[in-house]
Order: sequence, then structure tokens, then C-alpha cells
Amino acid sequence: MRTVAVVGASLAGLSAARSLRKQGYDGRLVVIGDELHRPYDRPPLSKEFLAGRLGEAELALEADGEDLGAEWLLGVRAAGLDHARRAIRLADGREVSADGVVIATGAAARTLPGSEGLAGVHTLRTLDDARALRDELARGGRLVVIGGGFIGAEVASTAYALGLDVTVVEAAPTPLAGPLGETMGAIVSALHADHGVPLECGVGVKGLSGETRVDAVLLEDGRSIPADIVVVGVGARPNVEWLQGSGIVLDNGVKCGADGRTSLAGVVAVGDCANWYDPRAGFHRRVEHWTGARERPDAAVATLLAAGAVKPGVPRPPYFWSDQYGVKIQFAGHAAGADSVTIEAGTADDRDVLAVYRRAGDPVAVLGMNQPRLFMRRRKQLAATAS
Amino acid sequence: MMIPACRLEDLPRGEAHRLDIDPPVSVFHTDDGELFAIDDTCTHQDASLADGWLEGCEVECPLHASKFDLRTGAVDAPPAKLPVRTHEVVVEDGMIYVQPSTEAPNLPPCISARLAGGPA
Ligand SMILES: Cc1cc2nc3c(=O)[nH]c(=O)nc-3n(C[C@H](O)[C@H](O)[C@H](O)COP(=O)(O)OP(=O)(O)OC[C@H]3O[C@@H](n4cnc5c(N)ncnc54)[C@H](O)[C@@H]3O)c2cc1C
Ligand code: FES
Repeated sequence: MRTVAVVGASLAGLSAARSLRKQGYDGRLVVIGDELHRPYDRPPLSKEFLAGRLGEAELALEADGEDLGAEWLLGVRAAGLDHARRAIRLADGREVSADGVVIATGAAARTLPGSEGLAGVHTLRTLDDARALRDELARGGRLVVIGGGFIGAEVASTAYALGLDVTVVEAAPTPLAGPLGETMGAIVSALHADHGVPLECGVGVKGLSGETRVDAVLLEDGRSIPADIVVVGVGARPNVEWLQGSGIVLDNGVKCGADGRTSLAGVVAVGDCANWYDPRAGFHRRVEHWTGARERPDAAVATLLAAGAVKPGVPRPPYFWSDQYGVKIQFAGHAAGADSVTIEAGTADDRDVLAVYRRAGDPVAVLGMNQPRLFMRRRKQLAATAS
Repeated sequence: MMIPACRLEDLPRGEAHRLDIDPPVSVFHTDDGELFAIDDTCTHQDASLADGWLEGCEVECPLHASKFDLRTGAVDAPPAKLPVRTHEVVVEDGMIYVQPSTEAPNLPPCISARLAGGPA
């Protein structure tokens, strides 16, 4: 392999570039990214960075002086993949020939149809989004967060700490029920009420009102919530449009095996854009969490360099964390497959629980709230028993 | 100045003991029976490495999984970027002592800000 192109210059792309060098690849390495910034860390965007406690320099993912011997093509989008000619077409007309390709284009925030062009309405995915939102939050006022998922809840918690008047609106009856299940979703989302942040559940958003700037969120039950700022946190969709017509199999992102291999030889996919086969769960899952984007490129790069000849190891169970209202939330495994959940340490009232999810008696997931030590031990057991 | 940590018999292999000095330091007893002392606070955020996962000569941070080498303090991969300090460990008459390093610690931004009297 003489040239490897990594498309997407964020956590998964950088981790893949690092893995390539660590695993001995010494050929030409091209990293293509449509943002102008060097790789930066996104989790602080809804937390310390939004709160003004962390500066832009501290978001950098690369170490000082780190040099991977890569050509960085930043500020330019990949527009197509021509597998037969082994080339990546760029939006500015250039072309990069490569015999190995790592797809790491991540995901983009979903927007609310009809909210385009209305000032005061934000999504949060990129550094530029975070800068704009941070500047608006600094002026204070009433914030309505649409979506009670992790990003929405973190923005609500950060804005609450900044002194804003915050309301969260969630269409589902229980926020976080998808990733955490009903019981624990209710316990975690009770953090809003603990801090006097109203949470409207089970009601959809009909639209936004305002002439040039948003002034209210209109609910499907006829109510309207006054707002100076609105954050739309309704999930993300994988950035895979550029692969249309390339022949690669797309299905909720790039469909790939447990080792990152795609339907095309010499092409692997990693991070938020990849719909990995999960051997523990027995189906494909697109996991949009930091740790997967950081760790899984190791396996995908091994697959790429060995031209698919290596046997994939079983990846660690998916893991993510969230920080809300000063509580550290950690989760590993799959809640969806569980038939029971038990609080094994701490109490829900104190918001310091360790909860274990089981299926037919076997642990399949673990949740911690302010329980890093016990959580870590449970997470390791989960990895050991399920592999 | 040597600081007494705990008795060797009270620190089983695979476990860590945190000294509540400022900044805190932890002594790790590896599965191979070696003893190491490093700064307890992860250089990324406010996490106690004594709460982490010890494997060989590495400890994995309990929050975001950066791994620190107990022998050198070096960190393997982000989110943490800076190493932790290592400290000398001495065992005398069954007692573990730590000789704190004189280097400046690499504390995470949230803690440095607090020490500097800035916003926590
Ligand atoms: C605000 C926020 C907070 C988060 N907090 C947490 C948390 O607390 N815990 C946790 O586990 N996870 C968290 N995450 C999730 C985590 O950040 C992601 O899982 C991770 O960033 C995924 O990395 P990635 O490289 O796959 O994708 P991304 O980070 O999305 O990067 C993809 C990159 O590819 C670029 N790109 C897209 N299309 C193209 C193209 N056609 N050509 C060139 N470049 C392209 C994009 O612009 C982007 O720079 C958070 C995410 C956000 C947004
Ligand atoms: S706090 Fe240790 S890696 Fe983040």
C-alpha cells in the first residue's frame, strides 16, 4: 500500500492516522477534512468550553509537536469515492489517488425543518457552532433546549450554571429511555428538576415563532414557551452523502464488519459514520461516542494493512460518559437487550447510583452516576464476561 | 521528605492506595508485586487514578480511558495529553514510603484554575 487517504479530520480520523503510523505504515498519508481547524475534541463543546472554562487551544487533540508525516488537506470536502480508479474526488475539483481509504466523516447535527435563517436558533456539533452559542449564552436570557438527550441535557446544565433561565422539551415520555432504558432514563433526567429546570416530556415541537429572531417554541399541545435562544439537540445523522454512487453499502451510515471492513476492498470506516457489526449484540449498531471513535480505528487500520487477512478481536462494549449538573454519568454495554435493572450501590435519591442491567441473569450493561471506581470495575467485568 | 503511605501487607496486589496530600499521590501494587507511585489526579480532568484499572504497569483512567505508564508517567493517547509525575517508593520495615518528586505537577485545567483562585 503506497497511499492511504483518511477522510474526516476529527477524533476517528486522527486516531486512524496515528494507528497507521503505530502499526508500521510508512507510505504517503493524506488526511482530508472539511473544517479548517486541526483535529479538536468535541465533548467539551457542550461542557467546559461552553461554560468558558476551557479555551480553544486546550481542545486540540494533537500533542504539541506531534508529527505524523501526513499531508493535511483541510477546509475541503470529499465529494466522491471512485473505487475503480482508487481516487477520492474533492469538492474543489482536485483528486487524491489512494489505494487505502479510511472513512471517518462523522455525523452532523439534525436541524428542525423551518428554523433556517431564524436568529437565536442553534445546533451544537462543531467548534464554530460552540463559539456562536457561547457568545449568545453570555448575553443571558431564556433558553429552550429541544431534545432531552445527552447533548441537550449537557447544554441545559451548562446554561443553568451560567445563570440562564432554561427549559427542556422532549418528545418522548422519558428522556434518555433509548440509551438508558425507562427506569434509569427517568432517574438521570430528574437532574433537571433537582435544579429547578422545567422538563416538558411527551410533547412534540410544532415549530418556532419569531420574525427574524426566535421568540418562542410552539408545542403540539398548543402551548408556546417564550425563548430568546433555542438549542436544537435532536440527534445527528451520519455524513455519508458523499459516498452515494460509490458502490459502498450504506445503511444508517457505512455498513461495516466488527473490524471496520466495508463492502469495498481497501476501504474501512470508523467513528460516528460507521454502522459496525457488534458481535456481542449480534446486529449492526452505529455508536456515536468518543471512546469508540478513539479505539476502533486500531482494529480498522489493522484490517486495512493486512488486506482483511486478520481475524477481528471482539471490541470492548460501547462506552460513553456525560457530565450534567456536576454529576458524572458513565454507561457501558447495551441497555436495549436487558430484562432487568438493579441499583447495586448508592441510591437514586442521592444521584450516585451504580446500576447493572441484566438479560436472563447475565450483565449486559452498567450505568454509573458519580461512581467512577465501581463503574470501572463493572465495565471491565462486562468486557471480560461477554468476550 | 519521605511520606509514610501504608503498610505493605495492607496493599494487596492489583490495588492502589491514595495519599491525601496536595496534590494527591497514589501508590500502586502491580500484579507482579512491584510498587510505583504517581500523581493521583489525571492530567485531563479531575479523576482519581487510584479509582482506575491497573493492568501490568499501566493504569487506565476511570473517566475517559487514557492510560498512564506507572514507570515513566507517560500517557498513551488522548484525551489526556500530559504525563503524570512519578515518585520514588521505598519500603522499610514493612512500611511503604513515598518520596515526592520536586517537579511541577501537570494538573488538569479545572484544578489549576482552582489553585490559581480562578473559577472552579
Ligand atoms: C457537543 C458534543 C458533546 C459530546 N460529548 C460526548 C461525551 O461527553 N461523551 C462521549 O462519549 N461522546 C461525546 N460526544 C460524541 C463524540 O464527540 C463523537 O463520538 C466523536 O466526535 C466522533 O468522532 P468522529 O471523528 O467519528 O466524527 P466527528 O467528530 O463528527 O468528525 C468528523 C469530521 O469529518 C468532517 N467531514 C464530514 N464530511 C466530510 C467530507 N465529505 N469531507 C471531509 N471531511 C468531512 C467533519 O466536518 C468532521 O470534522 C459529543 C459530541 C458533541 C458534538
Ligand atoms: S479524566 Fe482521565 S482521561 Fe479524562
